[in-house]
Order: sequence, then C-alpha cells, then structure tokens
Amino acid sequence: MNVQYVNLKNSGSLRRLMAAGVAILAVAGLANCSAPSAPDTAKAPAAAASVVAPETDDTSARRLRLMTAEQYRNTLSYVFGPGISIPTAFAPVQRTDGLLSVGTSFAGITAAQMEIYQKTAATAAQQVVDERNRNFLVPCTPKNPQAADDACARQFLAGVGRLVYRHSLDQQRLDGYVKEAGATATRLKDFYAGLGVALEGVLLSPRVLMVSERAEADPQKPGQQRLDGHSLATRLSFFLWNAAPDDLLLKAAETGELHTQKGLQKQLDRMLASPRLEAGMRAFFDDMFHFEDFNNLAKDAAIYPVFTTTAVQDAREQTLRTVIDQLITKDRDYRDLFTSRETFISPSLAAIYKLPTSPGWSPYEFPEGSPRMGLLTHISFLAGHSHPGRSSATLRGKALREVLLCQVVPRPPANVDFSAVENPKGNLRTARDRVNFHLENPVCAGCHKITDPMGLALENFDGAGQYRETERGVAIDATGSLDGKSFTDVKGLAQAMHDHPAVTSCIVKRVYAYGTGSPTTGADRQMLQGLDKNFAANGYRLRELLKTVVMSSAFSKVADQSSAPAKAASVSPSSVSAE
Amino acid sequence: MALNRRRVLRGMLNGGAVTVGIPLLNCFLNTNGTAMADGAKMPVRFGTWFWGLGIDQGIFVPKKVGLNYDLPEQIASWKNISQHVNLFTGLTAFRDTDPNLCHYSGWVIGMSGSSPKAGGDKPGETIDITIANQVGRTTRFKTLTAAATGDVRSSISYESANAPTLPEVSPINFYQRLFGPDFQDPNAPTFTPNPRVMARRSVLSGVIDEIKTMENEIGSEDKQRLDQYLTGLRHLERQFDQQLTKPEPIAACVAPKAVTSEPELGGESGLMARRHNMMTDLMVMAVACDQTRVFNMNYSSASANTIKAGYEKPHHTTTHEEPIGEHGYQENAAWFLRRSMEAWAYYVEAFSKMKEGDGTLLDNALIYAITDHGYARVHSLDNMAAMTAGRAGGRVKTGMHIKTEGSTIGRLGYTVQRVMGIDVNAWGTRSNNTSKEFGEILV
Repeated sequence: MNVQYVNLKNSGSLRRLMAAGVAILAVAGLANCSAPSAPDTAKAPAAAASVVAPETDDTSARRLRLMTAEQYRNTLSYVFGPGISIPTAFAPVQRTDGLLSVGTSFAGITAAQMEIYQKTAATAAQQVVDERNRNFLVPCTPKNPQAADDACARQFLAGVGRLVYRHSLDQQRLDGYVKEAGATATRLKDFYAGLGVALEGVLLSPRVLMVSERAEADPQKPGQQRLDGHSLATRLSFFLWNAAPDDLLLKAAETGELHTQKGLQKQLDRMLASPRLEAGMRAFFDDMFHFEDFNNLAKDAAIYPVFTTTAVQDAREQTLRTVIDQLITKDRDYRDLFTSRETFISPSLAAIYKLPTSPGWSPYEFPEGSPRMGLLTHISFLAGHSHPGRSSATLRGKALREVLLCQVVPRPPANVDFSAVENPKGNLRTARDRVNFHLENPVCAGCHKITDPMGLALENFDGAGQYRETERGVAIDATGSLDGKSFTDVKGLAQAMHDHPAVTSCIVKRVYAYGTGSPTTGADRQMLQGLDKNFAANGYRLRELLKTVVMSSAFSKVADQSSAPAKAASVSPSSVSAE
Repeated sequence: MALNRRRVLRGMLNGGAVTVGIPLLNCFLNTNGTAMADGAKMPVRFGTWFWGLGIDQGIFVPKKVGLNYDLPEQIASWKNISQHVNLFTGLTAFRDTDPNLCHYSGWVIGMSGSSPKAGGDKPGETIDITIANQVGRTTRFKTLTAAATGDVRSSISYESANAPTLPEVSPINFYQRLFGPDFQDPNAPTFTPNPRVMARRSVLSGVIDEIKTMENEIGSEDKQRLDQYLTGLRHLERQFDQQLTKPEPIAACVAPKAVTSEPELGGESGLMARRHNMMTDLMVMAVACDQTRVFNMNYSSASANTIKAGYEKPHHTTTHEEPIGEHGYQENAAWFLRRSMEAWAYYVEAFSKMKEGDGTLLDNALIYAITDHGYARVHSLDNMAAMTAGRAGGRVKTGMHIKTEGSTIGRLGYTVQRVMGIDVNAWGTRSNNTSKEFGEILV
C-alpha cells in the first residue's frame, strides 16, 4: 500500500477550540483574573494560515532527549529478557507543555543522576553476565572463561551495542570496549567480569542515555532536512513502544526502507500490531494523566482507612488498564472513555467501590444507574485530585481543565484570606457552601468559576473516591456546568466531557508533542488542525491518530537547527492553591 | 614532591590489587584534633534546611533582641539549641515588579538572590552549589540532599535552571548510597582496593571521549546539557579514584547500623518526623565522615501538605482556611509549625552532638535555614524569618536574635557566602542586591 503523507491542513477545528477558549475568557474577565489558556493553537491569529508553507514542509525540531527510567527498563528488557531487574528511578523532569516526556528535551543532568546511571548500568551488567544468565544472553562461549576472548567479546558487544546505541557501534568505539573487556578479563582472570565491565561502559554512554536526533539532507526535497534513518527509527520506537528500536526497525533504517512511505507504513503497521504497543501507550497516558503523582500520593489513614498504599497503585493501574482495553484492545472512540462503564477492579479498589471482591484483577462493568461512569469517576481522578482528608471541587475542576482539556488555569492571587470558608458557626457544611464563598468574593470568583462548577458535579465522591450522598449530614447537590452545558449530576458531566471539542483536540496535541518531544507552539496550529480533522474522520480512534502522526511530514522532517532553537514552552503550574 | 598518605598508597598499588595493613595514623591530625596535621583548620561545612509556610509573627518572634533571646511558643522546642542558632526576623524577599508566585518567589530569592518572573522561571545555580563548587570538590559527594516529604520533587537546590538537585527520600536508599558497599571506612585497619573499580575507572575514559563525538550533532542550547553529562562523568571518575585510595582516618566517623526499615509514604506529621530524623542522623554521619561538605535537608516542601491525623486539612490548606482562634492565631496552623520547628531543633542538635576534635561538628559548620513566606495565610513576602546554626569554624557568633527591619533576605545569603569564603563583592539582583553583611554575627 502506498500511503501518502497526511494532509494536515484546512481543518475547521480551530473554530471549535476558539469557541471553548472564548467562553472561558468571558467568565474569567469578571474578576480581573487572567483566563485559562486555551491551547496555543487557539490563540494564533487565523490569518497566519495564509503564510504557512505547503503541507509537506511541516517540520518538527530535532531534540536531545534524556532517556527515562521506564524507557531504559523496557529497552533492556527487550534486549536481555524480562528477567533483568532494573528497579531504579531516574531524576524527575520538569513537566513541559503538559508532558514530562517533553520535559526530557530540556532536562539537565546532575551529579546525583549520574551516580544513578552508573549504579543502574552496573546492576544490569552484573545480571547479564551472571552465571544464571550468561549461557543464553551471551551468544558465544569463550575459549577459556578465565581469560580474555576478544572474538567472543566483540560478538556480544557489537550485538548489544547496536540495540542500545540504536545504531551500530563505530569500529573505534567497539575496539575500545573489546580492549577494556580483555584487560579486565586478564587482570581478574574472568572473561565474564571483563564483559560485564565493558557492558557497564556501554550502558553508561551518553549515546545511550541521551537520545540525540540527527538530521540529513532530504534527497527528495533539496534544501530541506529530515531525520536520518536511525533517528527516525528511534523517534518512532520511543513514541509507540517507549523503548529503543528492535532489530527489524534498525534494519529498515539501515537499508533506507524507513525513508520510503511504503517502508515506514510497513514498520508502523508492525509496531502497532506488537504487544509492545501496550507498554508504549501506558507510558503516554501515565504521562498525560500526571500519574507520577501517585508515586507520592497518600491519604490521612485516620479519615480514609480504606485508601491503602495498595489502593494507590491499583487506582493508577485501573485507569491504565481501562484505557488500554478501550483504546488499544477494542479500538474504541477516545471520547467514550468519559462515559464508558467498563473497567477493571482489584480487591483493594473493590473496598472503595464497595463491590464484591475476587482475587487479582477482574473486568467489571458498572450497571446502568450507577453513578460510576467514565474516567472522571475512577478513583485515580477523584482521589488523585483531592486533599489528603477531603474532596476538592477546585482541584478536580483544575485537573479536568489542565489535564484533559489542555487549558491552563491561572495561579490564584497571593493576598486572599480564605478563612471565612471555615466559619466557626459551622454553616458552611458542604464543599458547595465553601466554594460558594469564593464565588461571592470577586477576587476569587474569576478563577473559581473556571474550576468549580464542574468539580462540584463530582462531590458525590469523597477525597478517597468513595460514593456518598451527604456531607456533614447535608444532602449533596451535584449540579454543575461546563462551558455552557448544565447538568444535574456526574452523568451529565461525563456526557459534557464526551461532547467537548477540547477533549479530542487535547489528546491530539499531547500525542503529537509526545511523539516529537517538542512543545507545541502557534506555528503548529495548522498541522494540529489537520490532525484534529483526521482524528474525527477516523472515529476518534487512538490507533488511527498514531498512524496519522507518524505518517505526517512533521514527524520525519526537521527544521534547520538554527531556525528551531531548543526553547521550552510555558510550563504548567504545578498546583492550585487552597480552595 | 610532597608525599602524602594518598600518594604513598597509590604508588604502592601500582595498578594492581593489594591489601595494605594500616594502623590508625593520628599523625595526620594535630595533637588535639582541631586541625589537620599540616596546620590547616578542620573543613567548614555548609548546609541548608527548609520548611514550608513561614511563621506566625505573634507566637514565633522573640521579644528580646540579641543574645539569650526568649523562646515564644512556636520555638519553645529550641531550648537545647538556641545558643547555636541565630534567628533573623523581619526579612523581606523583594519581588519588585515581578508577580508574587505563591510558595515559590520567597525561597527562590533566598537561594538565588533573584525574584522569579514566572512559575517556570527556575533559579539558576543556588547558593549551596556556589559554595559546593568552592569547598566540595574533594569529597565523595559534592553535595547531598534529602527530603522528608518522600517526594523527589522536593528540592530548593539547583545546579542550574534545568537541573534541580535530586533529593534522597528513602532512608534505606540514603543509607545504601552513603554507607553501602561503596563506602570506604576511613578507620578500617586494612585497605583493599577493588580491582573491578579500577576496570570501571578505565572504561569511563572511553565513555568520556564519546562526549566529544556528539558535540557537532547538537544545537548550542543543548551543549550545556552535554557539558553537564561530562561533569557527571568526571564526578564518577573522582569517586572511583577515591575508592582506590585509602582515606585519611577520621576519629568521629563510625558507619551507622544498616537501615532496613523506614516509615511508609505519606505526609502525616509523625511519619515526616521519623523520616526527617532518620535521614538527619545519616546526614550528620556522612558529614562527619567527610563524605560531603555541603548538604541540604528539606523537612517539608513549599506549600507543605503535612497532615495532622484525623484533621481534614493539610498544613497548606489550614493556613488559608483556618480562622483566627480565641488565642489570637490559627491554632491548627500553629500546631503544624511547631512540628516544623521541632524538626529544626532535632537537626541542629544532631550536628551539635557529634564530637569533632575538641568541639562539635556544628562548630565547624554553618547551616542556613529558610522558608517560602512570612505569613503564609496571605502569602506575604515580608516579615520572613530565617536562621543560621553553627559557628563555621569560629567565623560566626551564635545565639542571637537579629531584628532586620525589612532587610532583603539576600543580605543573609550574601553573609553566609562570605563566611564560607566565596569571593563575591555583592549578591542578588535589583532590590535584593546587597554588599552588606550582617556584621553582628561575624567574629
């Protein structure tokens, strides 16, 4: 099949995006509070369309990205098998344009991080050459295991080096590693000790841990640049698999096949059919949904004894399982994530959902009439965006806007006294009472009108995500609204999210930025519009979106480095202040 | 050529693995242990300590100025340490025309001397790194950072704007990093250099060479990151070198018992205190063993989410929502702040209990403690408090309350740098710029 580069232009989605942004602006204007930013694309003047170059000239920036711990783990697991245990966490990076993945294009390296790299490399190498593993992980047997064997060392290091460097080692580098392996083997009278030390060096290389994209002249487009074959394979593989390319992908890069549309499509189809896609997409949604927060999430055990440390991890897992099942396994409409009752349950979560329990993970469908419907009613969303001891309409509303709609809620003003929300007379008993206080205060109202009306629709769920009908003895009013749509309960909110145009444009923006490692800017507006349009035409199916992004010219063509400075976009605020 | 202990041993190794029996050689210290044998003074160490959410003036600030200041209820826990602590009140973090970035501007100014313009505007090199670049280049770790929050994002130390220092958050991991298999006990009777480390050291040279091959592939803004990678590899190289060299004996250094259990994750104040105190103990011994000369401890993060068991609001939310109680202050917020100050007291006392020569480790240290706000309830950046602890090898007087009448917090940052021997004539930008020390505390 000869697939053409996708035409990403002339979409009508800009109008929908702008409509959403303008609606919020109008609310925000009430209280002299800067508005939540709609996606950058929405802010760009429509007239800019006329100066954008033809479609095949869409480019992205070349990046130097730091490999994440998960990418390192996945890569070594695919090279050496799942028996190699790499428990390390790397240093956190700054979330940039909504994604940690984009932050890896700008993150620095500290001395402490380098120590972690070294320890991780040593741990991995030691396991590979361990007596239990060497016979099937090292493809040759040394003539004498107590002496150097350059030929065997070379065979092993060349094969492994190609997979973790993501291209063949140059002769000089390979010679260097073989020499080090030999010298250590001689000194220690142990071939495998030498091999292990050399492998440590390989795994500590900047060419392994820093993903440097290289460009070359595009023979089809004189004067333009494209990623070289290995860099394109690497971008593709980290995007879809969250791991380095496998042998077949590297071969496609080496033969030039990857630079043909047919060859690229062939590899794309193969990768989408691979079980590795699941790990790749889990990593994407873990990033998009800010699930790294779960590494540190805890509730007050005195208030929520049911919210155990196991429940914290299971809450994250539940949502990831659901997303993969719906979008990858069943290839369903992305918007249905917000209304679907299908999910998975574990024993620790069953205690919070108040369901009968069975060992392990089980598929589960909440019945019609249940208030549980879609991602917003998952414990991951409800508990993840609450206080340790109570719910928070504001935190939930803020997350809904920033995480799922790609908008930015302004920081709260500095000099506001909120203490009236804990009135000693006790007449502010529910979350609605408390946030209504904000809405009466003009300094607070502008921002809180952006977050609270939809957050209040989730008040039937406490800070641990447990269903409730009253708060302090008062029946909960779960009415709310979202950008002009009013509803009386969480089902209405779920449907409003399903139908919200920014829900789909948001994931398009995130997928593209994740794939290229670059923050999106106004210059990407038309291309993103095109992706939106294709996403809609393909029934909002994630697999089709991935294909469209990979086959876009911007995925493989890069701007001249001098015209695309490595500059981070605005960074999302880390947290909202108190309600 | 001057012969020292390291040079002698390296010569004996001659590239091979040997075991050397070595008695504890006190000849490398002077007779009373207050200085190195060559006459140099004991090294002066620098530390920071951070707590979130400021102070409540009315119950924190002593009435008495100068020595022997009184201890209002918020700092009653300082009774065993006040003689070691200088308390500075009435400080201001000037933001000039920049926005008040809640829970951010205050500490950024305290650590960098400059007001951030936006949330994404990270401090560049912070004060601890500036000092570490001067005094920390010979130790195993240039700096050590720990956070009792359990969150690896809790750091006020930045090597550069894109490289926050990574804190240790697990006492078990912290122990392993400090005193695990790579620890060289300076008082061990024998010394066996690990031949595998020699091999690692050798392989590293090739890895360093690879950096050069990447320089032409990347844009100018990424070159700094490549340089950071190179600096990191040089750091590993130094660590390997140290592992191959018998360290000088250090009388105070006794590797602690292995840490095998730790508090579970979470912000409950009891868990936080246990985590803080366990990591403090490890940090103190790491400094005593000269593993580092610059160290940072974060008790809580800015906008701290510390929990009081059974009380529905974490510390941060409490500061904003709790009304003034019958005693004239926010009683639950005050409860949280008392816990913070108890942690500070533990930290200082732990350094003061560690004997070094004829004094204590604290005598040879300067600890700089800051927070993010003055009165957190309204996110104020005036009337802030900060502390120093320790005599910095006799360069600093202690036990005083200094009422600053609105000085920039940059003045304290400038003072501690001068004490630590940084050759800087002024520090900070715009209204935080100063070339005036707090002379009251200088000897």
